[in-house]
Amino acid sequence: MLEQTVQIVSNERDTDSHFRLVVRASRIAPLIQPGQFAHVRVLPMKDAVLRRPFSIFQVEGDTFSILYKSVGKGTEVLARMGPGKELSVIAPLGHGFTVPKRGGETPLLVAGGYGMAAMYLLAQRSPQKGIVFVGGRRHVDILCEKEFQALGWDVRVTTEDGSHGEKGLVTKPLQAELKRSTARRKLFACGPTGMLKAVGKIAEESRVPAELSMDEHMCCGVGVCLTCVIPVKAGDGWEYQRTCTEGPVFDSRKILWEIAK
Amino acid sequence: MNLSVQIGKLTLQNPVMVASGTFGYGVEYAQLLDLNQLGAVVVKGIRLHPVRGNPTPRTVEVASGLINAIGLQGPGVDGFIKKYWPFLKKLKVPTIINIWGTTVDEYAEVARRFDTLGGVGALELNVSCPNIKEGGAQFGTDVKLLSRVVAACRKVTELPLITKMSPNVVSIAPYAKAAEDAGSDALAVTNSYPAMAIDIETRKPKLANVTGGLTGPCLKPIAIKLVWEAAKVVKIPIIGMGGIQNAADAIEFMMAGATAVAVGTANFYEPQTPLQVIAAIREFMQQRDIQDVSEITGSVQTTK
Repeated sequence: MLEQTVQIVSNERDTDSHFRLVVRASRIAPLIQPGQFAHVRVLPMKDAVLRRPFSIFQVEGDTFSILYKSVGKGTEVLARMGPGKELSVIAPLGHGFTVPKRGGETPLLVAGGYGMAAMYLLAQRSPQKGIVFVGGRRHVDILCEKEFQALGWDVRVTTEDGSHGEKGLVTKPLQAELKRSTARRKLFACGPTGMLKAVGKIAEESRVPAELSMDEHMCCGVGVCLTCVIPVKAGDGWEYQRTCTEGPVFDSRKILWEIAK
Repeated sequence: MNLSVQIGKLTLQNPVMVASGTFGYGVEYAQLLDLNQLGAVVVKGIRLHPVRGNPTPRTVEVASGLINAIGLQGPGVDGFIKKYWPFLKKLKVPTIINIWGTTVDEYAEVARRFDTLGGVGALELNVSCPNIKEGGAQFGTDVKLLSRVVAACRKVTELPLITKMSPNVVSIAPYAKAAEDAGSDALAVTNSYPAMAIDIETRKPKLANVTGGLTGPCLKPIAIKLVWEAAKVVKIPIIGMGGIQNAADAIEFMMAGATAVAVGTANFYEPQTPLQVIAAIREFMQQRDIQDVSEITGSVQTTK
């Protein structure tokens, strides 16, 4: 974990709905592990009392990138910042994905919307290639399909409106794939809470391990404020654990969905 | 130039500490800043037993502020001593432990436990958390109960006691006086202000706890006034807090009557804030040839 003032290399519209931000962060970039995030302070927002957390998408040399959607005040201001402008970044943060080992379970990645961004490094650094299941509402919600294909992964697209790939939810082809073969597989997922919950249930039913990257509202990002907690099994009972520190990636068997909001 | 200040028998190398609940147990921020540069580290509220805390969502950002209802999640006295004390006791700067309970006896028991631990800098009595059903603000908004809590802790420890005052009172004066008379060595002014936010689409409160405590820059003018009022009636030092983002804010608190200050919510977006405040207070003093930081305390001119 480091705090660094970084310079924007590029910040451009990636699709109709998403932006791709690349920053030069020479000290942070080499430390980044798959599934970790960056806590970004959008410096022109003088009245904001919080940073904004973003999954780290790609790492290249002394730069890293994030994908984001302009949805609130923070991302709106961010979207207007050009190359050369500065941001304050605390990163890399959180406990990320376990990178698959050669000869181990085949990794099946499940992503919803910009959850895809959090999975790129995992796919890139995994010595064993697998399948990426990516879902979204419409065609524009499907991100970085080409990037994953370029890594040699099999990308299976679903959209709710059928405008791209198979029509339906991302869990449909995932379930079909799990039924198709009994080979050892492991699921890795990032996306909306509803999708993660469904993936967790499928993993349990299919008796395959799953690592889920949880997306919770966050304040400090470093474990002090206890905002981003989720209920997790511990000892004989359960406790609230921090998405920013113990997570964002959790073993799906440990999450207590019946208590989670 | 002297920046050191006195809180009871505790000497701080400078007047800038961090506010309880915004700095965890210190160790979380150790990679980002040198804790030994601070006036003191103030840890999150601890009661006798572990506390699970409130359901989520626990915080919501509002204009120039943050509403929280964490519910004092924490490891309890034993958990704290095991997990966090080995790190904290090695710091060169004092650790101030924020304590609470649901009964007067529990406050005293927690105080006693930390008294016997050895090496603790001071105890901050949290009698003003708005987010728990029992304990917290119920003690800080009742003069008699407040006196009893402070007196009970005073009886079991000689550690400096800092009473953290609720902002949710008609006048802070009788509470400040009651805490002083019961043996408090200092006051922390102030805690978060009770608040609420509603999602107009779902018509639901934005916090699972429905209400929470407001902190951040929007709280500052309220806190400044409370410090000013409390300073008029007590002789003990006041630690000012509420929305401090920079040295100007800190100096404003000191001019209102604070001997020391604490940076709270600002730590969340800029962990360097306390160190930046210390450096800029020094600069302010140099520019104006102020030899001792205590010259700033209470220097507001309210008469024409």
